[in-house]
Amino acid sequence: MDYLIDIVLLGLLMITGFAIVRMRSLLAVAMLTSIYSLLSASLFVALDAVDVALTEAAIGAGISTILMLATIALTSDEEKAPRHTPLLPLIVVTATGAALIYGTLDMPHHGDPDAPVHHHVAPTYLHDTPGEIGVPNVVTSVLASYRGYDTLGEVTVILTAGAGVLALLGYRTRRLNSRGPGNRQLVVLRVIAKLFFPLILLFALYVLFHGDYGPGGGFQAGVIFATGFILYALAFGLGNAQRVIPHRLLRIMAAVGVLIYAGVGIESMLLGGKFLEYRVLADDPVTGQHLGIMLIELGVGITVTAVVLIIYYGFVSRLHARDI
Amino acid sequence: MPELLGHYNYWIVIVLMMTGFYTVIARPNLIKKVIGLFIFQTSVFIFFISMAKVDGGTAPIIEAGISVYSNPLPHVLILTAIVVSLATTALGLALVVRIREAYGTINEDDIHVQDEAD
Amino acid sequence: MISLIADILSWTCLLGGAIFLLIGAIGVLRFPDFYSRLHAVSICDTLGAGLVLTGLMLQGGLSLVTVKLLLMFYFLLFTGPTAVHALAEAALQSKLKPLVDEHES
Repeated sequence: MDYLIDIVLLGLLMITGFAIVRMRSLLAVAMLTSIYSLLSASLFVALDAVDVALTEAAIGAGISTILMLATIALTSDEEKAPRHTPLLPLIVVTATGAALIYGTLDMPHHGDPDAPVHHHVAPTYLHDTPGEIGVPNVVTSVLASYRGYDTLGEVTVILTAGAGVLALLGYRTRRLNSRGPGNRQLVVLRVIAKLFFPLILLFALYVLFHGDYGPGGGFQAGVIFATGFILYALAFGLGNAQRVIPHRLLRIMAAVGVLIYAGVGIESMLLGGKFLEYRVLADDPVTGQHLGIMLIELGVGITVTAVVLIIYYGFVSRLHARDI
Repeated sequence: MPELLGHYNYWIVIVLMMTGFYTVIARPNLIKKVIGLFIFQTSVFIFFISMAKVDGGTAPIIEAGISVYSNPLPHVLILTAIVVSLATTALGLALVVRIREAYGTINEDDIHVQDEAD
Repeated sequence: MISLIADILSWTCLLGGAIFLLIGAIGVLRFPDFYSRLHAVSICDTLGAGLVLTGLMLQGGLSLVTVKLLLMFYFLLFTGPTAVHALAEAALQSKLKPLVDEHES
């Protein structure tokens, strides 16, 4: 009976996917993509992946939709009909799909506890986490401690993306307060934005520090923190948002996050352990693990916040500079 | 029949992947291509997380009294992949904005015509 | 006995919330004009979501989960109508005219 919700969600995902291919109005396609991402976040919850669901909802349904809307405002919002009939792409897609389905015939059944993927490293992580790290959320312990090196690389990828958008779009500061709806129209939105802005930031800090005990962690917290500032920028204009959190500070913050992360690694080397070995950071190995995880999650949160805001500032300042 | 019930999850996800793939190769609008890539990435995430589920298990947060958990390793990999998908989508959309400023259009056929005319 | 009453009440709330969400969706599809569709969405979605959350709170009993659901309910109560208000203001700003009956003298 619990397959019913899987079937319904997957069916809705298929309908949304087909609608995205067929529709020509790009605004509708952006909204459908946000719906697709939210449906897959619900599917992740139904498949017991709560951390992943939180991240997908925050990043896919939140930030990606804002970026797509900003791009549509900067370019065009209608798609022209394709010039040639799509026969060759259809053949390629069908052949690839058939090959993939043939490949899955060998796979173990969905949910099979004897599948090979559940037998090698994963039981070790589940078994050793309470003793060695003392953190209930196994996903956080694997992400931050057992596979901390991969997460360092991922934070660097985010920093590179921020640097890339900075190089491509830059940040124009002229005419930031030029036009837009007046004070009277925005009064409800401004009051609600002011009311919820501190609550959103507080919730982001909660997600950051509670990531050891429930779903959460640095990436989700960074995105939620940035969303608070994006709400403020939407309600009060980019000029006021620049006064609240200037672009200079964002560039410094993005680098400081990665510096904290790598700094924890070097500190553990200076204290006698290996790179990113948190055991040596305190007298008790478990306390050392807790301290290490907290510091690197903080570094990750700072970098993700700064990079998301740099990307947002880049897109919106170009909108203002073009005076559409 | 048990074969079908065991694998339908993966087959539907493959249909979703192919929808995204088709959008990338068949639609000429650049924003549509980036969105198609986003759909492809998200369906790959669903594929991995479907592999991680264990029947009768629960979320991998250790609690007293529960002995069967879902596999946490694919969750960690997909968490990384979601953030990387944000990075690639942002860079792709920034490139689309600059292409529009350079060529005046974001339709792949028109860009091709302009490139060949040079 | 009290848990049976709470169970029945929570199921009523959940079903009622689902029915209101369905009514709101039908309204979006059937109404002729942007502003009337917005009206259907704002009222029915806020009420439907509120009823679903109340049903879940009754299922959760007195625990931390209920407090979190209560906070979620207040958040939706504030942001749902605000979002719809922002949409209507934006539409008015872009000079989208509401559909009025032309035969009024």
